[in-house]
Amino acid sequence: MRKILLLCFILGTVIRVAAQGTFPVNGAWDTRPGLYAFTNATIVVSADQTISKGTLLVKDRTIEAIGPGAAIPVPKGYIAVDLKGKFIYPGLVDAFTGYGLPAPAAGGGGFGRGGGGGAAAARPATPAKTGAYGWNEAIKPEVHVGTTFTADVARAEALKKLGFGAVQAVNRDGIVRGTSAAVTLGDEPDNLVMLKDNAAANYSFSKGSSTTSYPTSLMGTIALLRQTFLDAAWYKTSKDEYNITLDEFNKIQSLPQIFEVTDPQSVLRADKIGKEFGKQFIFKTDGKEYQRMDLMKATGGSFIVPVSFPKPYDVEDPADARNITYAQMKDWELAPTNPSALEKAGIRFAITSFGVDNARDFWAAIRTAMEYGLTEKQALRSLTEIPADMLGISAQVGTLAKGKHANFIISSDNLFKANTTIYENWVDGRPYVVSKMDVLDIRGNYTFNMDGSPALTLRIGGTTPAALDATIIRTGADSVQARGTLTRNGDIIGLYFDLRKNPAGNVRLSGYISGYSPVTMSGEAVMPDGTAGRWNAIRKDTLANRGGRPEAAKTTPVTGPVVYPFLAYGNAEIPKTETVLFKNATVWTNEKDGILKNTDVLIEGGKIKAIGKNLSAGSAKVIDATGKHISAGIVDEHSHIAASNGINEGAQSVSAEVRVADVINAEDINIYRQLAGGVTTSHILHGSANSIGGQTQLIKLRWGKSPEEMKFEGSDGFIKFALGENVKQSNGGGGGFGQNVNLRFPQTRMGVEQVYIDAFTRAKEYKAARAVKGSTTRRDLELDALVEILDGKRFITCHSYVQSEINMLIHVADSMGFKINTFTHILEGYKVADKMKAHGIAGSTFSDWWAYKMEVAEAIPYNGKLMHEVGVVTGFNSDDAEMARRLNQEAGKAVTYGKMSEEDALKLVTLNPAKMLHVDNRIGSIKVGKDADLVLWSANPLSIYAVAEKTYVEGVPYWDMEQDAVKRKALKAEQGKLIQKMTEAKAGGAGTQRPGGFGGRGPRLYECETTEADLDQLIGGNH
Amino acid sequence: MKKFISGLAAVLVTTTAAFAQPNIMPALPQGKPVVITGAMIHVGNGQVISNGYIAFDKGKITAIGEGAAPAVTGAEVISAAGKHVYPGFIAPITDLGLVEVESVKATLDESETGNMNPHIRTLIAYNTDSKVIPTLRSNGILLAQPTPNGGVISGQSSVVTMDGWNWEDVAYKTDIAIHLNWPVSRTGRGFGGGGFPGAAAAGADAGDRTQKEIDDLYAYFAAAQGYATIGKPAVTNIRFAAMAGLFNGTKKLFISVNNSKDILKAIAFIKKFGLKGVITGGNEAYLVADELKQNNIPVILEETQTLPNRTEDDVYLPYKMPKMLQDAGVLYSLTGIGFWRQRNLPFEAGTAAAYGLTKEQALSMITLNTAKILGIDKTVGSLEKGKDATLFISKGDALDMITIDVETAFIGGRNVSLDNLHKQLYKRYAEKYNLKQ
Repeated sequence: MRKILLLCFILGTVIRVAAQGTFPVNGAWDTRPGLYAFTNATIVVSADQTISKGTLLVKDRTIEAIGPGAAIPVPKGYIAVDLKGKFIYPGLVDAFTGYGLPAPAAGGGGFGRGGGGGAAAARPATPAKTGAYGWNEAIKPEVHVGTTFTADVARAEALKKLGFGAVQAVNRDGIVRGTSAAVTLGDEPDNLVMLKDNAAANYSFSKGSSTTSYPTSLMGTIALLRQTFLDAAWYKTSKDEYNITLDEFNKIQSLPQIFEVTDPQSVLRADKIGKEFGKQFIFKTDGKEYQRMDLMKATGGSFIVPVSFPKPYDVEDPADARNITYAQMKDWELAPTNPSALEKAGIRFAITSFGVDNARDFWAAIRTAMEYGLTEKQALRSLTEIPADMLGISAQVGTLAKGKHANFIISSDNLFKANTTIYENWVDGRPYVVSKMDVLDIRGNYTFNMDGSPALTLRIGGTTPAALDATIIRTGADSVQARGTLTRNGDIIGLYFDLRKNPAGNVRLSGYISGYSPVTMSGEAVMPDGTAGRWNAIRKDTLANRGGRPEAAKTTPVTGPVVYPFLAYGNAEIPKTETVLFKNATVWTNEKDGILKNTDVLIEGGKIKAIGKNLSAGSAKVIDATGKHISAGIVDEHSHIAASNGINEGAQSVSAEVRVADVINAEDINIYRQLAGGVTTSHILHGSANSIGGQTQLIKLRWGKSPEEMKFEGSDGFIKFALGENVKQSNGGGGGFGQNVNLRFPQTRMGVEQVYIDAFTRAKEYKAARAVKGSTTRRDLELDALVEILDGKRFITCHSYVQSEINMLIHVADSMGFKINTFTHILEGYKVADKMKAHGIAGSTFSDWWAYKMEVAEAIPYNGKLMHEVGVVTGFNSDDAEMARRLNQEAGKAVTYGKMSEEDALKLVTLNPAKMLHVDNRIGSIKVGKDADLVLWSANPLSIYAVAEKTYVEGVPYWDMEQDAVKRKALKAEQGKLIQKMTEAKAGGAGTQRPGGFGGRGPRLYECETTEADLDQLIGGNH
Repeated sequence: MKKFISGLAAVLVTTTAAFAQPNIMPALPQGKPVVITGAMIHVGNGQVISNGYIAFDKGKITAIGEGAAPAVTGAEVISAAGKHVYPGFIAPITDLGLVEVESVKATLDESETGNMNPHIRTLIAYNTDSKVIPTLRSNGILLAQPTPNGGVISGQSSVVTMDGWNWEDVAYKTDIAIHLNWPVSRTGRGFGGGGFPGAAAAGADAGDRTQKEIDDLYAYFAAAQGYATIGKPAVTNIRFAAMAGLFNGTKKLFISVNNSKDILKAIAFIKKFGLKGVITGGNEAYLVADELKQNNIPVILEETQTLPNRTEDDVYLPYKMPKMLQDAGVLYSLTGIGFWRQRNLPFEAGTAAAYGLTKEQALSMITLNTAKILGIDKTVGSLEKGKDATLFISKGDALDMITIDVETAFIGGRNVSLDNLHKQLYKRYAEKYNLKQ
C-alpha cells in the first residue's frame, strides 16, 4: 500500500488520474482540482533567486503562482500547507539515466566482450537487422526512447528520494543510440510524463549488443562513426537506395548531441570527430575531467558528470595494497575535486546521479564535492537549470516559475546541509513523501517507571525524528546503561532491552503515546521471567542538540597535485626545453663524420645548435659527458604502445579507413619506460590481423603531453599491410586470432593476393568515378586511403615473412601502380634483398626472432646484415613494449651476427628507420639544425652495459635517471600518504573496495597479433 | 613476450622442423688432451684468472691456473691469448627440444593434459635433432634443463648436454626434479585494474578457490608421502611412485610462483613436507628474500629483459632483481624464456651486470649458481680441476652482444660443432649476393 501522505486526512489514498486524457475511465470520473498553497516557505526559485516567506500555488500539474507571501493571497479552495521554517527547491533534473528502459544489453562495457565479441564469430559482415536498415547494427539512430519508454514505479521512487523530478531516459546501447526522451518521474500513464520525446541524439564508443562483427576496436568504432556522418550526408541527395538508418541519422542531427564517454582522452576523441563534422557534443563522462582540465575546457563542450566518487581501497595488507595503482589511489583522492574543478574552469556542466544508487550516498557525494570547493549555487544549477537547458526542457522544469511543471522539493533546511531532510518531492503537482513532515518528535529524556524496578531514565535520541535510538540508564549502586531497541509506528511504541542484572535478560515493552504535553508513553512490560507489569515514561526534556553534532565549519581538504599523465611517474609540471652543452662525449653522429671522440654537443631551442670541440657554454647547462656516449634518439619503426582499445580492426580483410591517430593513448607507462631505453620516436602501427590494416601514427614520446601533442607534426601518412599466417588466420583458436576463424577471406596466401588486387581495382574505379564532374559516388574512407596510396600520398609498411609473399606483393604493386615503402618484420628479406633493393623498398626486421611460428622457421639473425649489405635501407624494430626499450642492444646483435660495423649497427635503430618514415630531415642523426632528440649513454650504446642516463626529445629531458630516482622516492612517499588517508577514511566509516589481483592490473600490451578477443581470453586466464 | 600460439591442431605440419641438419654432426669423444693457454679464464665462482691456462683430458679438467701451462704430452694446445674462457652456460627451465615451432601443435611436447602428472618425463621427448639446439650452442649454452609446464604438477625434468645423437647420449642427470605450478592468488580483478563484469563479486570466491587448490595439494602430497613409506603397495600408483624421490631428498620440487604472498605459501609447503624446494619465476622474490634465505630456498628468475609488473615499479626493476637477491644472500639463477630465446641468456645476464651485479656475479648466475640449484655443481658449473671440461672460448666478453664470439666449445672434452641453420643460411645467401662474410 502507498505510504500515508501528508494530506492523507483529506485525500485518503491518492488516485492517479489523467486530468483529461484520451483513456476511457472505469467507473465514475475522479478528476480533482489539485489546488495547493504552500506558504511561509523559503523558496529557492533558482540558483540566483530565493524568496523568504514565500507562497507557491499549484494548480493540478503546474505552478500557478510563486512569490512573497504578502503578494499572493491564498485563494479559496486551495489546500493550504504551512511550511514555516522549511524550504522549497525546484525538482532536480538528471540528464543521464536509463530510467524507463530495459537494462543495457550485454557487452555495453567495451570491445569484443560479452555480446559483441562472442557473437562476432557468427557474423563476419552480414546485415544484422532485417528491414531496410544500414549494414551495421551498432548504428541505430532509428531507436527512439520516446516510443519504447514506460514508467517504472520502483525506479522512479528511487530517483524521487534523491530529489529528482525529471530525467533524460537514454538507450545506452550502440554507437549511434538514437534519441533519448525527457520525462518526469510522475506516477502517471506514460502519455502524461513525457516532457520531450526526442530530447537528444546519443552516441558512444561501445557497440553494445550489436552482433555485427565490425568494429572490434575503438579505432574501428571511430572510423565507423566518421563514415556514417559521410554516408548520411550523401544520402540526403542520393537516389541509389532506401536506407532507414541514414534517414533517421539525418533527422536526429538537429537535436542536442550527447556522447557517452569515459576519461578525458575519450572526451578528446569524441570532440575531434565532432569537430570534423561541425558538431559540438555534450559529454557524459566518468568524472575524471580534473585529470586534463585545460584540454576539457578547450573542447568548448558541456559535460554531464557523475558524483560516484571511488571508495577507499582496503590497504591494510601491504602486499595487497601494492595491487592498487597510483592512479587509482590518486583518483580516489582527487575525484571529489572534479565538480569544483569544472566550476573553476568555467565549464558548463550538469551533475547526474548515474552510478549512485541511494539517496544517502548521492547527497554525501554532493556535499563532499562542496567541501572540495563546489559552490552551492553551481551545485544547484548543475542539478536543475543546466540539465534542463541541455535537454531543451527549460520552459517546463529546472526552476520554479509560473506555468512550469509543479516539480519541487520540500526540505527541512537548506538542501545542501548535512542533516537536512527531504520531506516531499512533488512531481507534476503530485506529492511523493520521502520522509514524513510534522512528525511528533519524541526525542528527549524520560522518567521511566516500570513495575518492580526502581526509577530509570530513558533517553530517546537519533539523528532525525524518524531515526531513533534508545538508552536505558539506571543510577545508584547497580548503575547500568543499556542500549534498547525502539520501534515506532505512528503512536505505537515497542522497546526491548537487557539490563544484564536485576533483571538479566530481555525486558520487552509495548505501549503507545498516551499524552502530548509532556510527551507520555505507557503500556505493558514483560520481564525475562515472563511476569508482566505496566510501564510509563514521561518526557523531562528534549535533547539539547537533537541534530547530532553541530556541523563543523569544514575547510577544503588538502590534496596532492594532478600529474601528467595521470599515472605513476607523471609530472606535476611537464619539463621544459633546455639549453644544454654536453662536454667531451663520444658522439655517434650517423653522419659522414662518423663517431667523434671527445666532442661537445650544444642543444638549444629544441634543436642541435653546434657539434665540435671546446664549444662555449654561454647560458647553457653544462653536462660533463666524459666517458659517455651520445646518440640520436632511438626510432622504433614498428610499435604498438600508446594506443587505446585495440590495435587490430580485424573483422574485415580491408580496414584502410581506421586510423591509429584516433586512439593515441598518452597515458601509457610504456612511453616512460621506453624513454628510459632511449626511444624518442615510435611508429604506432595497426596490427597484422588483416591484409590491409589501418593508417598508422608517428609519435614522439613527449611524456605528459596530450595525444595530439604527441604526434610527429607534419610527418607523412603510412598504412599497415600484412601478409602470411596472421591474415590468413592460420594460428587461430586457443590464442591468435580467435575471431572469424575459417570464415573470413582469405585463408591462403593465394587469397591474400586477390584481396589486394580486388581492393586496388575498386580504388582505381572509385577514383575515376569520383573524378567525374558532378559525381554522386559516395565518399568511402576505405577507398580514399587506397587512392592516397595510388597517388603516392600514403606509404605502405607491410608485415611480411616469407619470400613468396614478399615477391607477390612486389608484383601486385608493380601491376597496380603503387609503391611499397617498407617491409616490416620481413624475416626472409635476406632471400629477396636484391628485389627489394631494385624496388627501393626498405626492410625493418627483428634482430634475432624466429621459431615462434611456421613462417619464421628460416628467420635468421643475419637477415639485417644481409639486407644492409645488398643495399636495402635496413632497420630493427620491436613490435614489443619490452624489446623497444633496448633496441640499441638489439642493434648490437647485428655486430654479434654478421659483424656489422658498430656505426652501421646503430643506424639500424636511428637514422635508417627515420629514413623509412621520411623524417630523416628532422631526426635520426646528430647534425646541426636537427631536432635535439638525444640520448646520453653510460657506455657504447650497442653494449649490454649501456644505460640511458638522459633522453631528450626536442631538448626536453623527458628521461633523467637521477630525476627518476627522486620520482620513485616521492612516489613511495605519496603512496604512503594516500594509504594513510584511506585508512583514516575507512576508520571514519567509509565503505571500501578490494584491491586488484597480482599481474592483472598492468597496462594492456599490444603486439601485431593482439586482438581485443585475445585480451578477453587473457582476462579469463586462458593463455 | 610473443604470444605462444597453440590450439587448433594445425595439420599443415609435415614440416622440415623435426629433422636434423644432416651436415651438423655430434662431436666425437675427446681423443687427446687439450691445453688452452693465455686466456682470461672466468672460473664461474667469481674468480678470474687473467693469462691463465686450462688443461683437460678424457673429458675432465686436469689443471687450471695462471701463467705458463704445464707441458702435457700429446696435447693439442690452443692459444687463446686475449680471449676469454667460460664454463658452459646452463639454461634451466626451458622447453628446448620439447618445442620446435611454437604455433604448430604437432611440434609441442612440453605440456601434458591433466593436472597431476608427476610421472611424466621430459627426457624421453627431448629432441636432440631440434634445429634450435645448435643456435644456443653457438652462444655458449652447453647444458639445459628441459622442463614440462602443464597442469598443476607438470612432471619431471632432467639435465641434458647440448650435443648428442639421441636423448640417452645427452642425459646428464636424469629426473632431477618435479615441477609444480603454484595456485595463483586471485582477487578477482581484471585487466587495467578496472575489473570486468562480475569480477568484483567473484573476488572472495576466487580466494576460496585458490585455497581449495592449495588444500588439495597438501592432501595430494600427504598421500604421496604416505605411499612412499609403504614397502610394497597392494596397488601401484605410478604417480605417487614418481614422487617418492621428493621425500627421500633425491628429487627437488621446483615451484613456479611469482607473487610474494604465494611464495610465502610455497615456502610453508616446502617446509611442511621437508622438501628440497626451488622457487622459479619469483617475480616478487625480492620482497620475501629474507624468508627465502632463512629457509635456504634458491630462486631461478625468469628473464631480466622483461617489463615490470606494475606501473609503479622501478622501470628497471627486472634488471635489478638479481642484484637485490645477491645483496639479500639468496642463491639465485636465471633462465631466459622459452627455447629459441635462450640463446640470449648471456645477454640477459649481462643486463643484470649493467644494473648492479659484477660481471663475474652475472656469470655465476648462469653457470655455478644454476649448477648448484640443479644439483650438478660437483661436475659442472665452474672451471675447477676434476670437473667436466664443459667450456668455451670466446674472442670477447661473452655477456655482451657486441663482443661475444664463441670460437670453440667443449662438452665433456668433446669439441662440439658451432655450426647451425642460421650460419648456413647466411652463407648460402652471402654467396648468392656475392658478399664477403
